[in-house]
Amino acid sequence: MRNKYSVFSLIKNALSYHENWQRAWKDPAPKKEYDAVIVGGGGHGLATAYYLAKKHNMNNIAVVEKGWIGGGNTGRNTTIIRSNYLWDASAGLYDHALKIWEGLSQELNYNVMFSQRGVMNLAHNLQDVRDLKRRTHANRLNGIDAVYLSTEEVKKFCPIINTSPDIRYPVLGGTLQRRAGTARHDAVAWGYARGADAMGVDIIQNCEVKGIKRNGDSVEGIETTKGFIKTKKIGVVAAGHSSVIANMAGLRLPLESKPLQALVSEPVKPIIDTVVMSNAVHAYVSQSDKGELVIGAGTDDYVSYTQKGSHQIVEGTLNAILELYPIFSRMRMLRQWGGIVDICPDASPILSKTSIKGLYFNCGWGTGGFKATPGSGDLFAHTIANDEPHKLNAAFNLNRFVSGDLVDEHGAAAVAH
Amino acid sequence: MFLINCPYCGERDQQEFKAGGEAHIERPKQPTELSDDEWAEYLFMRKNIKGVQFERWNHAHGCRKWFNMVRDTSNDEIKAIYKMGEKPPAQ
Repeated sequence: MRNKYSVFSLIKNALSYHENWQRAWKDPAPKKEYDAVIVGGGGHGLATAYYLAKKHNMNNIAVVEKGWIGGGNTGRNTTIIRSNYLWDASAGLYDHALKIWEGLSQELNYNVMFSQRGVMNLAHNLQDVRDLKRRTHANRLNGIDAVYLSTEEVKKFCPIINTSPDIRYPVLGGTLQRRAGTARHDAVAWGYARGADAMGVDIIQNCEVKGIKRNGDSVEGIETTKGFIKTKKIGVVAAGHSSVIANMAGLRLPLESKPLQALVSEPVKPIIDTVVMSNAVHAYVSQSDKGELVIGAGTDDYVSYTQKGSHQIVEGTLNAILELYPIFSRMRMLRQWGGIVDICPDASPILSKTSIKGLYFNCGWGTGGFKATPGSGDLFAHTIANDEPHKLNAAFNLNRFVSGDLVDEHGAAAVAH
Repeated sequence: MFLINCPYCGERDQQEFKAGGEAHIERPKQPTELSDDEWAEYLFMRKNIKGVQFERWNHAHGCRKWFNMVRDTSNDEIKAIYKMGEKPPAQ
C-alpha cells in the first residue's frame, strides 16, 4: 500500500524526524519474463511505464535503466515547457503534453513544481519578426495561446532585457505563451517512478541492455548486465543512445547524437520571473527556485557521446546573454554540463513501431524533449499497448523518412536546433 | 573541443572546422532507379556509432578543404586522418 503525500503525512513524519518515510519505489531484481520492457529510465520511459499500467492495465512490465533513474537528459535539461510549435502535428503533440502537465502534480500526488511563468521568444531581425508572427497565428488556429509583443511590451514583461536599438542584435519584438513555463525535472522522473511502482511496475536500475534477441522479424527478449529478460514487447526510450540499441537489433535510425550544454549561475535573489529564449543569438535563460540562472547553450556539430561539449559554444551563449542582460555581467557560473541529444533530420521526434514486431522506438527528441515528457509517455504507451499509434503521434512514425512526409520543425520551431 | 591535424595545414583548434557527418556514404549511381527505401537509406539513415566512427570534416576557417577522420565518439579521440579519395585505414 502506497502512503499518500499530504500536509498530514508531512506533520506525522516530522514528529519522527523524517526517518520513517516509506520508500518511493522498490529496488527489485528482474523477473524472468515481462509483458513489456521499457529500455531507459528517464522521464519519458518512466511516464511510458506509468501510462501502460494506468491506462492499459499492463502491470507486469519493467523499466531497465543502465544508471540511475533520471540521471540522463531528464536531469540535464533546462526544464522549459511550452507548446508553441508551428506545424499542426507538433502543436497537437506538444499541447497534449502541456495539458497533462497542468494537472500532473495532483495526478501523481507528487509536486513536480510546474510553474506557468510564461515563455517569451525574442525576434532580432525582420525575418524573425515575420516568422514569429506567422507562428503566433498558427498557434492560435490550433487553440494554443500565443501573443505577439512589441519591443515596449517585451521590456514591460521582462524589464531587465536590454531593448536599446543600438545593440548588435536589437530586440524587435517577441512572442509570449503564458501557459508555458518550467517544472522540477528530477521530480518528474521520481513522481512517475513512484506512481508506476505503486501499480506493480519493476524499476530496475544499474541494468544495462547488452543485446536484443530476435526471432526472425519479432523480438524475444533483452540481454542485460543482470541476465536475460524474456519479453514480446520492447519500448526503447534511450535518448542519445537510441542508435546504440537500434544497432543491437539491426535497425537503422535517422539519428545523430550530439552534446548539448547547459549551465547554472550562483544563486541570487529573484530577478527574472519568466523564461526568455532567443533563437537568433541562441540564449535561453530562466531562474530556478533556488535562485540560480539556468542557461541553455547550443549543440556541437559533430557526433559525440562524451556529455561534455565545446567551450566556444558556452562562450557564444554567454556573449549573447550579456548583451541582452547587462545586469548579469558580474554573475559567476557554478556548474556546466552536457547531455547527449539524438537529433532527427527534421528535428521532430519518432514515436513509432518499427519493421521488427514488438520493437518500438521513442527517440529523436533532440534538444527539446523534456517539455513533452507526459504526452510522450501517454502516446508511446498507447502505441505499445495497441500496436498502433495514437492519432496524435501517427505523424511521428519512422516511415516518414521513406515517404518524405516530414514534420519539418527545423527552423520552424521557436528555437534553433 | 579538441585539436585536429588538418592534412594540409597542420594542427589547429577544432573551432576552425566543420563536421560533415558520416563518411563513405556513396552517392547513388543511378538515382532514377532508386526505391523510396533506398533514398531514405542514402539521405537519412546514419550509423551514429558510439565508438570508432568514420567521418568527413571540412577546414571551414582555414584551407576550406575536406578530409576524412577516424574518431572514437565515446571519448573524442582522433585515431586517424586521411585525405579524400585515400583508402580508409584498416581498423
